[in-house]
Amino acid sequence: MTILAFLIPVTLSMGAIGLGVFFWSLRSNQYDDLSGDAERILFDDDHPLLAASARLSNTTKETAP
Amino acid sequence: MMSNLTSTERARAMLITVAGVLIGLTMAAVGRNDPMGAHGWIVLLFCGVLFFLVAQTLYDAEPVEDRSTSYYDDPTKVGILLALFWAVVAMGMGVWVASQLAWPDLRFDAAWSSFGRIRPVHTSGVIFGFGGNALIATSYHIMQRTSRARMPDQVSPWFVLLGFNLFCVVAASGYLMGITQSKEYAEPEWYADLWLVIVWVVYFILYIRTLARRNEPHIYVANWYYLSFILVVAILHIVNNLAVPASFSGAKSYSAFAGVQDAMVQWWYGHNAVAFFLTTGFLGMLYYFLPKRAGRPIYSYRLSILSFWGIVFFYIWVGSHHLHYTALPQWVQTLGVTFSVMLLVPSWASAGNALMTLNGAWHKVRDDATLRFMMVAAVFYGLSTFEGSFMAIRPVNALSHYTDWTVGHVHSGAMGWVAMITFGSIYALTPMLWRRETMYSWKAVEWHFWLALSGTVIYIFAMWNSGITQGLMWRTYTESGTLRFSFVDTLIAMHPYYIARAFGGLLFFAGACICFWNVVMTIRRVPNHAPEADYPTIPEAMEPAVPAAE
Repeated sequence: MTILAFLIPVTLSMGAIGLGVFFWSLRSNQYDDLSGDAERILFDDDHPLLAASARLSNTTKETAP
Repeated sequence: MMSNLTSTERARAMLITVAGVLIGLTMAAVGRNDPMGAHGWIVLLFCGVLFFLVAQTLYDAEPVEDRSTSYYDDPTKVGILLALFWAVVAMGMGVWVASQLAWPDLRFDAAWSSFGRIRPVHTSGVIFGFGGNALIATSYHIMQRTSRARMPDQVSPWFVLLGFNLFCVVAASGYLMGITQSKEYAEPEWYADLWLVIVWVVYFILYIRTLARRNEPHIYVANWYYLSFILVVAILHIVNNLAVPASFSGAKSYSAFAGVQDAMVQWWYGHNAVAFFLTTGFLGMLYYFLPKRAGRPIYSYRLSILSFWGIVFFYIWVGSHHLHYTALPQWVQTLGVTFSVMLLVPSWASAGNALMTLNGAWHKVRDDATLRFMMVAAVFYGLSTFEGSFMAIRPVNALSHYTDWTVGHVHSGAMGWVAMITFGSIYALTPMLWRRETMYSWKAVEWHFWLALSGTVIYIFAMWNSGITQGLMWRTYTESGTLRFSFVDTLIAMHPYYIARAFGGLLFFAGACICFWNVVMTIRRVPNHAPEADYPTIPEAMEPAVPAAE
């Protein structure tokens, strides 16, 4: 089963990448406001979120298919 | 559609298609004595058509509006339509394959229509054509919305989407010509595999670049699921397809591994393809579209993140449960069982989380077939992950392995979970994307829902019955210690279930056809809907996440 000498390191290094990314997400404050993060996706296309100036330029163009 | 591309982007797209034409021509010339030559012509035609589409508009006016104030949805729209096209083709193939098992004469005596050739057209068509296109399309939608940023450029999303479809076409046409490397769900030969690696790397880079542009500090959990899908599938694909071509002028290649080693690599790939292609990507869909449609945030966002990391760390070890009672060392099998059972925890966490989100919105589930699709998907996700953990246990596997029970299990996942969540997402997405008031026919959605659900249930029950009957008949001995039933006896016992299976599949297929029709009619007939703001925000503006006045 020499293949295991290949597959196990591959799998472990994938796990290590995952762990690294997890620590990155912890350190970059990804989990500081979980309930806000969950709620925010509900608002993005129902309410205008652009600043007034940007909204003005936005109404003059786009979105007509 | 082309009018949204800048002239630099049009030039770049033309260069890419020219390169594709040249590659196709080379393949056709070098492989003229081999089916690979036919693939060369297909590549040439595919890239040639795209070349003319771009070249026609090369000197048209450039877009004038500020693109950063809108999302780039053209590739998402095409991706949805391609997904539905593949759904109809591949599910139709599935009905045919199922019918061949009940009535073998339906092969019509041609080589290309034999079971071994059209079955992978069905499986790859559904998994990669339908599922893959749906994943790519929804990921484009979700990564932009949750990041509140537009994609960084307008060529690479097209390159990924169309390049992936070229892979699917080459794969499916190759099977019909008899080109296969006989690895389940990884049948395409070396040149198609190399092409997919290029497409996939561009996909990953596109995703990371979009996230890097985000105007929202938090990366929503759906993005994690999609990212794991892209990254892990890339690694699995590369390792499992390590092969040496017999010659560069032909399709045939030989795997870098042999015997049980090769089997281990194949199922390390195979089960993780189920995990990271058919599960995590679709969980990304679930975690975005279900809360959106229900109008409620996910029940426990913390749990959704925990179950993500749980799935990522557990799933990767379970592949060896496909090789119980083989030459694979016992401890490797046991490792697979252990992780398979542990996997139940993050899987049920996700399914329960989705269902708990619906608490307080059950009246919507009752009235809205789109949300019901998502609810049923979560239920089937819970059911099939439980079944999977159960079947991975060695004594259960002794009965279930090599029988139709496995086929039933796969379809409870593929029809009940993957296809249901995809259809739900498509129905939620279509009016939003094309700026329509509603779907063309809500009755058709309702019809589709009940056809899909009854088709799935009929299919699964037929295969449970058939599989367990088959498994028990195989292991029945007479008093003198010989086998009680011949193989043909089991076929006769299974025949009625095979008819039921083909019928269940037919219902499901009919539902998919209705869906395609409904989406096309929505695009063509339903009046425009004045869009609510659906565009990226600007980081400097410091807008509140929740508007102060409503």
